[in-house]
Amino acid sequence: MPMLQTIGLNKRFGGLHVTNNVDLTLQAGEVHCLIGPNGAGKSTLFRLILGEHLPSSGAILFGGEDITSLKPFQRIRRGMSVKFQVPGIFKALSVRQNLEIAMQHHYPPAALGEEIDKLLAFLNLTADAKRLAGNLSHGQKQWLEIGMAVSLKPRLLLLDEPTAGMSPEETHATGEMVKRLNAQGMTVLAVEHDMAFVRQVAQQVTVLHLGKVFAQGSIDEIVANEDVAAIYLGQTTAHETAHEPAGGPHA
Amino acid sequence: MNALSRFFARLEGPQTLGRGPGFWIGFLIVLAGACAYPLFSDGYTVGNTVYFFTWIFMALGLSLIWGYGGALSFGQTAFFGIAGYAYGILTINFGAAYGFTFVALLFAVAIAALFAALLGYFLFFGRISGVFLGIVTLSVTLVLERFMAQTAGPEWKIGAARLNGFNGMSNMPPLTVPWPGGDIVLFPDVQLYYVVLGMLVLVYLGLRILVNSPFGNVLVAIRENPERAEMLGYDIRKYQLGTFVIGAALAGLSGVLYTSWGQYITPSSMGMTAAALPIVWVAVGGRSDLTTTLVGTITVLAVFQALTIHGSQYALVVMGVMLVLTVLLAPRGLIYALARLLARPFSKRASNGQPGDA
Repeated sequence: MPMLQTIGLNKRFGGLHVTNNVDLTLQAGEVHCLIGPNGAGKSTLFRLILGEHLPSSGAILFGGEDITSLKPFQRIRRGMSVKFQVPGIFKALSVRQNLEIAMQHHYPPAALGEEIDKLLAFLNLTADAKRLAGNLSHGQKQWLEIGMAVSLKPRLLLLDEPTAGMSPEETHATGEMVKRLNAQGMTVLAVEHDMAFVRQVAQQVTVLHLGKVFAQGSIDEIVANEDVAAIYLGQTTAHETAHEPAGGPHA
Repeated sequence: MNALSRFFARLEGPQTLGRGPGFWIGFLIVLAGACAYPLFSDGYTVGNTVYFFTWIFMALGLSLIWGYGGALSFGQTAFFGIAGYAYGILTINFGAAYGFTFVALLFAVAIAALFAALLGYFLFFGRISGVFLGIVTLSVTLVLERFMAQTAGPEWKIGAARLNGFNGMSNMPPLTVPWPGGDIVLFPDVQLYYVVLGMLVLVYLGLRILVNSPFGNVLVAIRENPERAEMLGYDIRKYQLGTFVIGAALAGLSGVLYTSWGQYITPSSMGMTAAALPIVWVAVGGRSDLTTTLVGTITVLAVFQALTIHGSQYALVVMGVMLVLTVLLAPRGLIYALARLLARPFSKRASNGQPGDA
């Protein structure tokens, strides 16, 4: 049974057909990257999967269960977790409290402190535990949020541009982190622009273009696909009519 | 001993400023001073002090909703008024015998909480937030004021209780403790002082436990970033509604104590001025902390009282100026800023600023 399946997913904003009949299948245990030029509908697809938007038509199955009409927090409780593009952390709270809020209902109170220490070490944030999250560097904020997302022990981890604003070293380290999580059995779906990162982690790649699935396959197949190169270089004849709604990704 | 230390551990946490033995010794000294105060004063003055105390519950409730939860309710006075009127209606109809006034207190607070649950359900499950929450809650309290003000006619009565329109209800019995050999009627005097002081300590400590619990963690998470909080699997609407109801119940408690204290309640207690004042107390004190809210509320009320001698209109103007100065100079509250200033020499990590100041 696939971990996640979207069936004929459509989303229209007024006249804009942002998500056009998208069929996406994630097998359990794979790292799947979603790429595509700006306005391809990547973020909208993410929001549909998370339940922040409801689809105009189509269905979303998670572990075989139809979650199309569930609220976001209900999807999270079924084993999804997300890291947003702009670091979604609690800025005025300490790093430790950020993790505590994420983890407090997943561990017994007696074990909570120790589990937080472990995760802090994993994230390389032990020395910063008492700092306010808003005072961390950008890369550290990204990692903290990944940590919060991971601490829920999700079956499916959704990453929206996890390496945005990171240095090449940080990007590589993030990629290694994703591979380690995947080795532990976590299924990952990532929206990413950084092709080095995609090459590093992706087992499957889906290219979205103008709201449709443009190409799908292994990273080598996608890289070899001349049509994909064409849409990235803007040589396609189709004009981009589908624009991301506010809050969409920027390259 | 172990149980005691566990109890104290639950009173402290990242959501409250005061912690450590120093703070609690100070707390006990202030409490001892508050207990000894009637010995050095007369019943009339002590009774007036109770008047200050009655408002603090509403301020603490607003601190919880606004300071911790990030939802500005402009209509706490609606719950204040509902509970006040409910207490009046109940006690005028059923009297004060057999400790019924305390039953009436519970019922009145419950009615206010129920009303808040109903209103809050539509607000939070309708995803209304930010300034719109303030507008709706303010509208509700102003509508209630208007409604109660037009109940002057004799047809507006519930049982024996006339609502009396703009003049309000009066002559309901004060809180009365049943006692062998004669009930103790709690007029504004030393006995009422101790009862209300006891309630205040209980509510303050109870709220400290609440905000430092996992519930409180989620509450401040919603204030900081509601989307993230929801995406950690929390049904934030339920947390917001729960907080709103607790805050409303505390406003209701203020309403009952106020009504019992003065044996009257009028529609103007739900009016524009009344609705704005709790915002001033809580903002000036420092809404994001229970202790600064408490200290701030007492301070502002004392200043207000002192100024009223020279004319209540001037006092209101000064309140407005205080609010503006707070917003401009110390957005997190004057008492809060003062507390952090005092704590600075003892702080090991002075480099940490406060992002998200607003």
